Amino acid sequence: MTGPGDRSGTDAGQGAAAPSGGFRKGAFGVSGSGDTSGFGGLVRVEPGGAVALHSTERPYGGYFDEVTDALIEAVGQATYDAAVQRVLVDRGEITYFVAREHLLTLVRALRDDEALRFELCSSVSGVDYLDSGGPAAEPGRPRLHVVLHLTSMTYRRRIRLEVAVTAEDPHVPSVTSVYPTADWHERETWDMFGVVFDGHPALTRILMPDDWDGHPQRKDYPLGGVPVEYHDATIPPPDTRRAYR
Amino acid sequence: MSTTYNPADPYAGSRETTEGRVYTVTGGDWDQTLGTEAYGEERLVVNMGPQHPSTHGVLRLVLDLEGETVTKARVVIGYLHTGIEKNTEYRNWVQGTTFVTRMDYLSPLYNEAGYSMAVEKLLGVEAPQRARTIRVLVMELNRIASHLVALATFGMEMGALTGMTNGFRERELVLDLLEEITGLRMNHAYIRPGGLAQDLPPGAVEHIREFLEVMPARVADFHKLLTGQPIWQARLKDAGYLDVTGCVALGVTGPVLRAAGLPWDLRKVEPYLGYETYDFEVPTADTCDAWGRYLVRMAEINESLKIVEQALDRLEPGPVMVEDKKIAWPAQLSLGPDGMGNSPEHVEHIMGQSMEALIHHFKLVTEGFRVPAGQVYVPIESPRGELGYHVVSDGGTRPWRVHVRDPSFVNLQATAAMSEGGMIADVIAAIASLDPVMGGCDR
Repeated sequence: MTGPGDRSGTDAGQGAAAPSGGFRKGAFGVSGSGDTSGFGGLVRVEPGGAVALHSTERPYGGYFDEVTDALIEAVGQATYDAAVQRVLVDRGEITYFVAREHLLTLVRALRDDEALRFELCSSVSGVDYLDSGGPAAEPGRPRLHVVLHLTSMTYRRRIRLEVAVTAEDPHVPSVTSVYPTADWHERETWDMFGVVFDGHPALTRILMPDDWDGHPQRKDYPLGGVPVEYHDATIPPPDTRRAYR
Repeated sequence: MSTTYNPADPYAGSRETTEGRVYTVTGGDWDQTLGTEAYGEERLVVNMGPQHPSTHGVLRLVLDLEGETVTKARVVIGYLHTGIEKNTEYRNWVQGTTFVTRMDYLSPLYNEAGYSMAVEKLLGVEAPQRARTIRVLVMELNRIASHLVALATFGMEMGALTGMTNGFRERELVLDLLEEITGLRMNHAYIRPGGLAQDLPPGAVEHIREFLEVMPARVADFHKLLTGQPIWQARLKDAGYLDVTGCVALGVTGPVLRAAGLPWDLRKVEPYLGYETYDFEVPTADTCDAWGRYLVRMAEINESLKIVEQALDRLEPGPVMVEDKKIAWPAQLSLGPDGMGNSPEHVEHIMGQSMEALIHHFKLVTEGFRVPAGQVYVPIESPRGELGYHVVSDGGTRPWRVHVRDPSFVNLQATAAMSEGGMIADVIAAIASLDPVMGGCDR
């Protein structure tokens, strides 16, 4: 079930909700609301839960094998094995799950190697996989993921790198020295998710006010909102409305 | 307890209260905050914006000036942050369309298309051919409208006010068409996951054809008005210089990159929605400056007109929503006399004929559909450059995460590289030539 570098079943991986062991309870998102429908006792295998820690086997298909071979040649097999924990090909896109210590080595090779030439860093974003419908977040789980989308303008290829860190030690090396465009992306990811990019020239908040507390796009940060009265009915704020799983 | 001057943060001294820490934001004197002796007599720090007519919405620039020369330009954004990305996580997949369309408000249909294509990629479905053609059609109309605003505000900021009035006048033609097609001038929520909200209304094709006849002359008027004008040329040429290396390092895409000479247009290099079957050129310039960007945008309007015409020619009757009733909204709304309306046939069906249809309607509207777990990144070519949707699903009825790589956000980073060392007047030209939309930048 697991690939190389598996982090003890805690990696929420490809968007799938893994941490609860692949099960989810109930049919609705809100618990403790006095739901008498009986659906609260429902236990189901999570959609995609079984593939959460899946690692795609070679050949990957398309240009993915060429990119991977070129990457291995550029950084060496030993470094590649240490750096890339898992590779996932899904929906025609390839994701390399990278150990943060080796991120800079990898992106430098990806940008500079003649056979790779990923000149453009399209996007850096964060994803908080918190519990994904499972139990409450346990400390020590790498719930914060930093996702880099790289584009090769020379070969017209796209790949995705993903680095997972814990909320207690949210440090990721900054790639601004390789891709200057990552500057604002990383500031936004710090602002919204609290990921600290070591080596960033000025890691300050960018969208929220400078004196803001907390990181709003973390899953345990409330959306906020007030109930609205409409035609004698009260509409609750969106984050307390019933959600369906 | 009084607020004390804090050298680490001169703008906001803080004090502890029973309610928590309270910040007091003050202006302060420059000699107090910076000291005077370290800087020359000529040094001036100018805060331009966030409320300034020439900064394209709520953009703030902090400019260090030596005389009229900009020695340092810092861009401060975030004044229009509305938490749209977070909000989408609390609505179902279809509702997401109405949120993302409000990001980059000058190219709403691109936001809808990018989002819908990302959801469709996660679902593994493809919109029907007619829906794809209409998407191309409305997106290219939208590109014309967006470029016209870019040119209009460009003119306004350079002091060519007739350019502004002309640009907005021409844009009204497009907005009238979009209103006729979608029911709204902006924030259409017309492109939905799986297809479109509704088909083209009767008469729309004829009205678009009339527009296609009028518009080339209007573009020519724009050329007469501005392109040959010596003042316009003098203001734009060599302003905001950024070459290909700078563009790629800073992630700048769209007309700015093409004005630096690289014909990088996702419609050509990574075609989607069948763009590879349309006949159009990718206009480029090699001047790397605001002048080149102006010319590229003007040429792109003509190319978009060509694409609109081809899209009209190949419109075939057919569905505009996927057949799968688990995804498709149960009724195609009809356009009533008061704007959007229900489909009377569908209401009759669920209320009078089929209990199962009513249950299905109820489930789809309240719960929404489930999207298999996974993540995708879908880039499309918006009028400002690469608009990327990174969408993550956990298998539920709501997005787990929607991240938007907005071209305005990325392109604005180039402001310092374009402006430092130049004159303050050229800063305006540089930013106007980037055509940032703060709604998309701050999201």
